[in-house]
Amino acid sequence: MWKKIKLILGSVREYKKYAIITPIFMIFEALIECVMPFMMSALIDSVSFGVSTTYNGLPKERELNTIADIFKPIQYTNAGLGFTINVTVFGLMLTLVLMAGLSLTCGILGGRTAAKASIGMATNLRGDLYRKIQSFSFANIDKFSSASLVTRMTTDVQSVTMAFQMCIRIVIRAPLMMIFSAIMAFISGGIMACIFVVLVPIIAFGLFLIVKNAMGIFMRVFKRYDKLNESVEENVSGIRVVKSYVREDYEKQKFNTASDNMTGDFVKAEKIVALNNPLLNTTIHVSNILVVSLGTYIIYRSTVDANFWAHLTIGQMSSLLTYGIQILMSVLMISMIMVMLVMSIEAIRRISEVLEEEPTIVNPTNPIKEVKNGDISFENVSFKYKNTAERNALSNISVDIKSGQFVGIIGSTGSGKTSLVNLISRLYDVSEGSIKVGDVDVRNYDLKVLRDNVAVVLQKNVLFSGTIASNLRWGNKEATEEEMKRACKICHAMEIVNAKQEGFESPVEQGGANFSGGQKQRLCIARAILKKPKIMILDDSTSAVDTKTDKLIRKGLKEDLPHMTKIVIAQRISSIEEADKIIVLDDGRINAVGTHEELLKSCKIYQEVYYSQNRIGGNNAASKN
Amino acid sequence: MPPVRIRERAKAKKGTVKRLLKTLFKLYPIRLSFAIFCIVFNVFANLSSSIFANFITVCISESVFPTTPGLGPTNPFVGSHDLVNVMSFITIRDTNVTKLLIAMGIIYAFGIFAAWWWNRTMAIVTQLYMNRFRKEMFNHLQDLPIKYFDTHKHGEIMSLFTNDIDTIRQFISQALPTMLQAGLAVVFCFIAMMLNSIWLTLVTIVCTIGMFYSIKIIGGRAAKFFMKQQAQVATVEGNIQESINGLKVIKVFTHEEESTKQFDELNNTLKEYATTANIHGNVTGPINMNIGNFMYILTAIVAFLMLLIPGFDNLTFTGFVPITSENMSTFWGIVIAFLMMSRMFANNINNFSQQITFIVMGMAGASRCFDLMDQTPEVDEGYVTLVNITKDKDGNIVESKERTRMFAWKHPHQDGTVTYTELKGDILLDHVDFSYDGNKLVLKDVSIFAHPGEKIALVGATGAGKTTITNLINRFYPLKDGKVRYDGININKIKKDDLRRSLGIVLQDVNLFTGTVMDNIRYGRLDATDEECIEAAKIANAHDFIQRLPEGYNTLLAGDGSNLSQGQRQLLSIARAAVADAPVTILDEATSSIDTRTERLVQKGMDQLMKGRTVFVIAHRLSTIQNAEAIMVLDHGEIIERGNHDTLIAKKGYYYQLYTGAFELE
Repeated sequence: MWKKIKLILGSVREYKKYAIITPIFMIFEALIECVMPFMMSALIDSVSFGVSTTYNGLPKERELNTIADIFKPIQYTNAGLGFTINVTVFGLMLTLVLMAGLSLTCGILGGRTAAKASIGMATNLRGDLYRKIQSFSFANIDKFSSASLVTRMTTDVQSVTMAFQMCIRIVIRAPLMMIFSAIMAFISGGIMACIFVVLVPIIAFGLFLIVKNAMGIFMRVFKRYDKLNESVEENVSGIRVVKSYVREDYEKQKFNTASDNMTGDFVKAEKIVALNNPLLNTTIHVSNILVVSLGTYIIYRSTVDANFWAHLTIGQMSSLLTYGIQILMSVLMISMIMVMLVMSIEAIRRISEVLEEEPTIVNPTNPIKEVKNGDISFENVSFKYKNTAERNALSNISVDIKSGQFVGIIGSTGSGKTSLVNLISRLYDVSEGSIKVGDVDVRNYDLKVLRDNVAVVLQKNVLFSGTIASNLRWGNKEATEEEMKRACKICHAMEIVNAKQEGFESPVEQGGANFSGGQKQRLCIARAILKKPKIMILDDSTSAVDTKTDKLIRKGLKEDLPHMTKIVIAQRISSIEEADKIIVLDDGRINAVGTHEELLKSCKIYQEVYYSQNRIGGNNAASKN
Repeated sequence: MPPVRIRERAKAKKGTVKRLLKTLFKLYPIRLSFAIFCIVFNVFANLSSSIFANFITVCISESVFPTTPGLGPTNPFVGSHDLVNVMSFITIRDTNVTKLLIAMGIIYAFGIFAAWWWNRTMAIVTQLYMNRFRKEMFNHLQDLPIKYFDTHKHGEIMSLFTNDIDTIRQFISQALPTMLQAGLAVVFCFIAMMLNSIWLTLVTIVCTIGMFYSIKIIGGRAAKFFMKQQAQVATVEGNIQESINGLKVIKVFTHEEESTKQFDELNNTLKEYATTANIHGNVTGPINMNIGNFMYILTAIVAFLMLLIPGFDNLTFTGFVPITSENMSTFWGIVIAFLMMSRMFANNINNFSQQITFIVMGMAGASRCFDLMDQTPEVDEGYVTLVNITKDKDGNIVESKERTRMFAWKHPHQDGTVTYTELKGDILLDHVDFSYDGNKLVLKDVSIFAHPGEKIALVGATGAGKTTITNLINRFYPLKDGKVRYDGININKIKKDDLRRSLGIVLQDVNLFTGTVMDNIRYGRLDATDEECIEAAKIANAHDFIQRLPEGYNTLLAGDGSNLSQGQRQLLSIARAAVADAPVTILDEATSSIDTRTERLVQKGMDQLMKGRTVFVIAHRLSTIQNAEAIMVLDHGEIIERGNHDTLIAKKGYYYQLYTGAFELE
C-alpha cells in the first residue's frame, strides 16, 4: 500500500514546496490557537487580581482604578510553572490582537498553499493518468473497461485529492493541536492536566471501536447500494423490455427486497455511529466536572493556605476547560481523518493500478524508420488475447499479400477477422510466428512509422468533437483544403462536406453524434486516406454505406491509390467479390483462400454466405446490411 | 422520437418543505416528537453545563477576590483537609458546591442520554424513510408510461436515485436536527447574554453581522469560481470520456501527442479555476474563527472600559446597574461568563448558517423526486383478459389453468356473461394517426392488416415510423386517431398486461439484466424450466456460444452484458422471446448485428417457432424480409408502397431502389 501511495505522491512534483509549507502554516496556526486561551486566561486573571481588594485572604490595595491604569503593571502568578511576573492589561490585549492577526494570516496563507498543492497535484495526477493511458496498447485497453478508466480519472482522482488536502492541512495539525493543548494544559493547570491524560485513551479507544465496527458494515453496504443503483439504471434503460414482458411487479419485488435488506444493514451501522455523540459528550462532561470540582478545591485551599502544594486561579481553570475540549476534539478529528483515509484507499488502489500497468507494446531499441512497401506476410501466426486463454483467437495463419493487392476477408462473427488485421499495425503482438511488412518483422519498426504506414479504419468509427477539417487532419496535420478535397472525393465523402453550410469547418459533436453511420464511415475513410499509407485496412467500414456508394468507394481506392495494399473485411460478399484474393476465416483458422470464382466453386462456407445473401435469383443485387 | 426535455436545475417548488415534513411526521409521529424533545433537552443540558461551570467560576471569583467584605472564605471548616470534606464546606451564594456538582452531573447524564437517543432516532428514521422513499419512487417509476422515459434523459432519472435522494438524506439526518439545535442554542445564548449585559450583547451582535458579511462576500466569490470550476470539470470529463472511448482510434492514428496537448490545456484551465475556488473555501474557516477571537478581545476591552470609566453603567433587563468599587469583581465575573457565552453564540450562528446550503439542496432534490412521484402512471381501462384454453370435443373453448399454447380473450359483459374469443393473431390498424407531441404527426392514416400467421414487414428510413407502429400495437403510446383491433377487439379494451403478454418483442438494442445467462433467457417466462430455456437458446442459435462461455448457462452477466458482442446479445434476446412463446411476435431490427450466415440459421429456428403465428418484422437488411407476405414501405409516417417482394420489385418504385442499393437507409 505504501508503495502505491508513494506512486501517487509522485505527481506532486512542482507543488512540493506548497505541500511542505502548508503544514508549517498549519502548525503555527495550531500553536497560536493553543496559546490564545492561555493569554485570555492571563487577561482575566490579571484584571480579576487588579480589581480585587484582597489576596490570599489578606486585604490589599486595588490596582485598577482609572483608564490610565491600563498601562500599570499588575502581578500575575502562573500556577503550573509557579512563576510570577508583572504584566499590563494593555500589553495583554495587544498581544491577543497580534496573535489573532497572526493566526488569521497563517490560516489564510495555509488555505492558499493547501489549495495550490492539492489542486496542483490533482492536475498532475490527471495528466499522468492521461499520458499513461495514451501509452496503453490495445491489450492494456481491453484489460480496463472504458467506463472504469473514466471513473479512475474523474471520481477517484477527486477523492484522492480530498484525502491529500486533508493530509497536509489536518493530519499534522490535529495531533499537534492535541499535543500543544496538552502542554498548555500542563502549563496552566499543572497536575490538573492529568485528567486529560486519563480521558484521551478512553475516548480514543471508544472511537476506535465505533469506527471499526461501523466501517465494516458501511463498506459492505455501500457496495450493495452501488449495485442497487446499477439495477435502477438497468431498469430505466431496459424499460421497454420490462414493459413488453410485463415484468413490472417482478422488478418491483426484486428492488424492494434488495432495498429492505440494505436498510437493515444501514440501520445497524447507524446505531453504532449514534454512539459517537454520547461518547464525546460523556468525556467532555466528565472532564468539566472533574476540572471544576478539583479546581474549586485547589483554588479554595490555596487561597486560605498559601503553602498548599498546588495553586490555581480562576482564569487558569477556565482555560483548562477550553484545553480539555480542544484535546478531545482533536482526538475526534484524528478519528475522522482516519475514516476519510481508509475510504480513499480504494481510489488509491484503482489509480495506482493504472499507473503501474506496463504498456505491453513499446518501441524497439533500434527501430527501423522506413516502411519499404506494402507487402505483408503472415508466417504461421497464432494469437491469444490473454496468455491464460485456453483457445487461440487465431491459429497457424500463413498468407502472403503483395503490395497494391486488394484482399478481402470474410467469416462469421467471432471467426477472427478483426484479430487478424489488428496484428498488422501491431495493435496486438502475435503469440507465435511472425508478421512482416515490407519484408521486416513489425516488431522491429518504430511504432509511429508503422502505424502511419498502415491505416486502419476501425469497426467502431469515432469522430471527435471539433470540425470536419480538424478530424480529417488527424490523418495529416498539414493537410491543405485541396488535399482534403482529394481524399474526400476518393471515398465519396465530398457530398457530405458540401451538404453542410460551413463545408470543412462544419462542427462535429462529441462522438460525431450529428452524422449518420454511413457519413461517419466515409469521413473516417477519408481521414485514413490523408495519411497516405502503404497499407489500408477497412474493418467492416462501409457497412452502413449503400451498396452503390460502397462500390464507388472501392473503385476510387483502386484507381486513385493503385500502389496501396487494400485489405477489406466485409459481411457483404458484394464488397469483396472483385478482390485479388479472398481469405475465408472460420474459428480462427484459414478455411480457404482464393478468388470469388474459385471459392464459389470449392469453399462450402463461402457458398453458404453467398446464397444467404442472394437467395432469390442469381443476380448481383446484394442484400442491404 | 420526441425531443428530450432539457431539465432546468430549478429551485424547489413551493410547499416542498411542508410536504416532506408532513409525510415524515405522519409516518413516525412518536419517534420524531420524542427526538425533538431530546434535542431540546440536549441543547438545554449542554448550555447549562457551561452556564453551571461559569456560575461556579463566578462564585469562586467572588469568594476568592471579594470586593464586598464578608463574602470571602472565612476558613469555616474543621476536620481533615481532604477533598470531600472541603468541598462540602464550600458554600457560595448560599449554595453548596457539592450539591451544585451533583445536580450538574444528573443533568449531564440526562443530556447524554438525550443526545444518544435523538442521534440514534434520527439516523434510524432517516434510513427507514429513505428506504420507503426509494421503493415508492422505483415502484412508481415502473408504472409510468414509456413517454416519460422518452422525454427524460436516463442520466437525469438516475440522478434522482443517487444525488437527489442523498440530498434528502442529508436534509433529514443532518440539516434538520442541527438547525433545530443551533437555533435553540442561539436563542438561549441570546437570552442569557441579555440577562448579563445588554451593552456587551450589542458588541456581539456587531461582530456577528461582520461575520455574516464576510461569509457573504467570500461565499459569493467562491460560488462564482465554483460554478466556473464545475463547468470546466464537465468539459474536462467530456474530453476524458471522448478520448478514452476513442482511444483505439487515437492509437491507430498515432495521435497521442496532440490529444495529450489538448487535454493539458483543458486540465490547466481547470487547475486555475479550481485553485481559486478552493482557496476561497479554505480561508472561510480561519476568517470566521478569528472574527470570533477579535470579538472576544473587543468584548473584553468594552467590559474593561465599563469597569473603569465612571458612570458607564451596565444595562440589564432590570435597568441600569451602576458599577461601583464594591461590585467590580461581581461584574468581572459576569464578563467572564459572558465571554464564554458570546463564543457559543457565534459558533451556533455559524452552524446554523452552514445548514442553509444543505436545506436548499435538499429541498431542490426533494422537489425533483416529488415531481417524479406526481407523474400520472399509465392508465389502463382494459377489462378483456388473456387466458389459456383447451377445446373440448365439439370445438368449444374451455378455460384452462395449465399452459396450453392456446389462448383466448376472455370478454366479460355488462350483463354478467362471459364470452371467449380465440386468439388467432389477427391485427388490424385502421386509419391510424399518431403524434408524440400532439402537433407533428408521426404516423398519417396508416392502415395495416395482418391476417393470422402472416409475416408483415415494415421498411423505411430511420424516423419513418416503423418502430412507432409496433409501439402502438402494444399500447406504449395512445393513438391520436383511428383504431387498432386484435382479433376484432379494440385494443383499448384489452388489459395492457395481457395485451403485452400476447406479444413477443425483440428489440435492436438488447437490454440484459444482471444475473446469469439462464436468468436472462428466463426473463421471457419466469416459470420456464432450465430445459425450456436451453431449448429456446438452441432455436435462437445461441446454444453454441453460451456453451463456450466460462460457466455456460450459469455465467454471470455484469454491466448489461458488456462482455458479450452485440451479435451474441441479440441471439440472447431472441432466445428470450422464444421462451416467452407469445402468439404474436414483433422483431425490431432483431438480427441487425448478426452475420448473414448465422442470421439464416436463426431465421430457420424462428420460422419454425412462428409457424402459424403473426410476425411483424422491421429490418434494414432486405434479405431478411423477402419472404414476408406483405411489405409496407414507410416514408415520413405514411405507407407509400405495399405488396410482396415480387410485386414491389416489379413496380420499380422506392422499394426497388432500396433493394438495388440506390438509397442509403440511414
